[in-house]
Amino acid sequence: MDETPVLSLSQVSKAFGAVRAVREVSLQLFPGEVHALAGENGAGKSTLVKILSGVHRPDSGRILLDGEPVEFGGPADAQRAGVAVIYQEPTLFPDLSVMENIFMGRQPRGRLGIDRRAMRASAAELFARLGVHLDPDQPARGLSIADQQLVEIAKALSLQARVLVMDEPTAALSGTEVARLFGVARTLRSQGCALLFISHRLEEIFELCRRVTTLRDGAHVASDLIADITPDDLVRRMVGRELDALFPKQETEAGEVALKVRRLTREGVFTDVSFEVRRGEIVALAGLVGAGRSEVARAVFGIDRWDAGSVEVDGKRLRPASPTAAMAAGLALVPEDRRQQGLVMDLSIERNIGLAGLSALHRGPLISRLAERERARDWAVRLRLKFGRLSDPVNVLSGGNQQKVVLGKWLARRPSVLIVDEPTRGIDVGTKAEVHRLLSELAGGGVAVLMISSELPEVLGMADRVLVMHEGRLVAEIPRADATEESVMAAATGRSAA
Amino acid sequence: MAVDLARMARRWEGLILVLLVGVTVWASLGVDGFANGSNVSFLLLDTTEIALMALTMTLVIVAAEIDLSVASTLGLSCAVLGRLWNAGLPIEAIMPICLLVGAACGAFNGLLVTRLGLPSLAVTIGTFALFRGLAYVMLGDQAVAGLPPAYTSLATASVGPIPLATILVAVLAVVAAVVLHATGLGRSIFALGSNVEAAFFAGVRVKRIKLWLFVASGTMASLASLVYTFRYASARADSGMGLELAVVAAVLLGGVSIFGGRGTLPGVLMAVLLLGAVRNALILADVANEVLNFVTGLLLVASVLAPNLGAVWRRRSSPQVEGKSVT
Repeated sequence: MDETPVLSLSQVSKAFGAVRAVREVSLQLFPGEVHALAGENGAGKSTLVKILSGVHRPDSGRILLDGEPVEFGGPADAQRAGVAVIYQEPTLFPDLSVMENIFMGRQPRGRLGIDRRAMRASAAELFARLGVHLDPDQPARGLSIADQQLVEIAKALSLQARVLVMDEPTAALSGTEVARLFGVARTLRSQGCALLFISHRLEEIFELCRRVTTLRDGAHVASDLIADITPDDLVRRMVGRELDALFPKQETEAGEVALKVRRLTREGVFTDVSFEVRRGEIVALAGLVGAGRSEVARAVFGIDRWDAGSVEVDGKRLRPASPTAAMAAGLALVPEDRRQQGLVMDLSIERNIGLAGLSALHRGPLISRLAERERARDWAVRLRLKFGRLSDPVNVLSGGNQQKVVLGKWLARRPSVLIVDEPTRGIDVGTKAEVHRLLSELAGGGVAVLMISSELPEVLGMADRVLVMHEGRLVAEIPRADATEESVMAAATGRSAA
Repeated sequence: MAVDLARMARRWEGLILVLLVGVTVWASLGVDGFANGSNVSFLLLDTTEIALMALTMTLVIVAAEIDLSVASTLGLSCAVLGRLWNAGLPIEAIMPICLLVGAACGAFNGLLVTRLGLPSLAVTIGTFALFRGLAYVMLGDQAVAGLPPAYTSLATASVGPIPLATILVAVLAVVAAVVLHATGLGRSIFALGSNVEAAFFAGVRVKRIKLWLFVASGTMASLASLVYTFRYASARADSGMGLELAVVAAVLLGGVSIFGGRGTLPGVLMAVLLLGAVRNALILADVANEVLNFVTGLLLVASVLAPNLGAVWRRRSSPQVEGKSVT
């Protein structure tokens, strides 16, 4: 490979106050190649992306475009230089059509203002280049996240982007959507684009990328050819130590039925869902995105109402549509969307942890600050939370640590049934293993755990039983011994209704 | 970023305190008649209604809602009082009825907001007109006088230079501050004001709390109407016209975020006093009424602008952009 990189970073550093987010990192992006950026949360990946996209200016070091030093004064400079970034959750204008989003501010003009026909044709051509089918006239509202990303990619292409940075694009995608995105990435690669791909899923890195650069604590650890290393090597580079088993499943005796869901139906969302979770069990709820798993969890916990059926916790029937009643019965839900549903981002760690158990913090009519702090400190220590002060707002924490705060908030209530929805989405490998160990310990301690997960290794590694949903129905129940990727996927895609 | 905001919130209250002390010192030295006991007493008395309504307004705005109908509720409550007094009811029976009317007004707002999911800004602009209109329907433009002297003199009585009404404000302020800053309800109000979805997922009874905040706001407005009526010894339908702006101004100037989730009661109380002192000093200095409104408006705009200017300035100095889009 004696080509010149399209874009390279040379010894780039960036600090925010006392925090050295990126330290002397070098990175070379070659045309026609997918390069992975790996590292735990807080390793500096996002800062590096922001340097590449012109949002941050490096304190020292150089950015080279085609071997020539350049300076990005802002995102517009980076865009002119051909660098485009696709984020995990794109921000389109929801009320404009797909093509208007692509050509925002650069609409082709005809005699009578905007030439919609030319715009439609160009958009269609871009999608053809990407090998995907999207209607240019469709409004952006209602597009799946995967489709929104494609719109962003089409927009990048229309700007003649030569470097495409994809910042955790697959985190919220289903298996088929990931496959389609990878198809697009390969197409772009063959057209000479340089891609930088960020993902927490190692198997994706190994499937798609040719090189990988690993960061740890802001520093450059290694740049390898994927062919030369194993996933274990990569994890070691990211974590800097030997990782405990990623799926530390303990064998436990299943006890009494703690959660009993009978013929639960919410019209148009899920139908006739029945299952039980026993104390000491971890039951996974698998299925494709949109199969209705989170919706079942929301209904069970009382966030949404249900139209028919019943939910019992420890033999007591729950009042529908009341989270408070569910909590009083011993249910806890760690929701899917940590930032929006799990945490009040502006509030402090201690207030977030206290929020789900305010009555326990009262001494007489008043809240005891001491009790509030003790409860937070207790769980922060148990969950090995990395934090500055308990009075810091949770939005300064990394994703994995935020998830620990959500877990602490619910575990402090000592629930008898814990529902976790995508408990390790978007968190780093080290914290993932910790969360898995925690779930396993909780089950060992007699908690009934219902785990919704889109990551098959997690489902297979952690669950005593796997329930599979497909299009709003529970289609399979697979015991641990029989659960394989094939059997779960077959049920999830509706190919077998065993 | 949010650390900065929290620290700034604290500094903001410090700033209001400095301004309050500054204005007091300046007015004491430079404005004839400001620093004597009867003027201080009048100043305090004159801010009673605003202070009372600002207490509940603080809770409402921290919960990311707003109640623009408070002054109209006050007017309606005054009109009810006048009408019933004309009808010959004893004042002791009328007062609880007024409080119930205020509570009902608040409940009406609260139900529209929580049951129908309407934005409180729109709902309370509507009831702002509705309640005031109702007040005129009940009492027309007559002024009901001849209220019992026992109550009218009580409303203006003082202990030393401190009016009794101010003691009422102080007691309720302590209650409101304790509720907001030291109870589970207060924690819940901050949480739902900051992120209503996350609060709901944590078992906070969002709708119930919001409903009761509106009820409290309406009840407080009618309590203020009693003070107002007895203080002026006259019940009129146009009582307290425009006070809602003074109340909202004080709350925002006191450092409560218009977006909810942030603010403190001591800050609001200082802002009430600051606005009252500025107004009082300017009146004593013979400044025209138009200028008074201009100054109040200026302080309000400054209070909304200042925290944001700070943020803009910080963004300039260190380019830590929050937004995700690169375009």
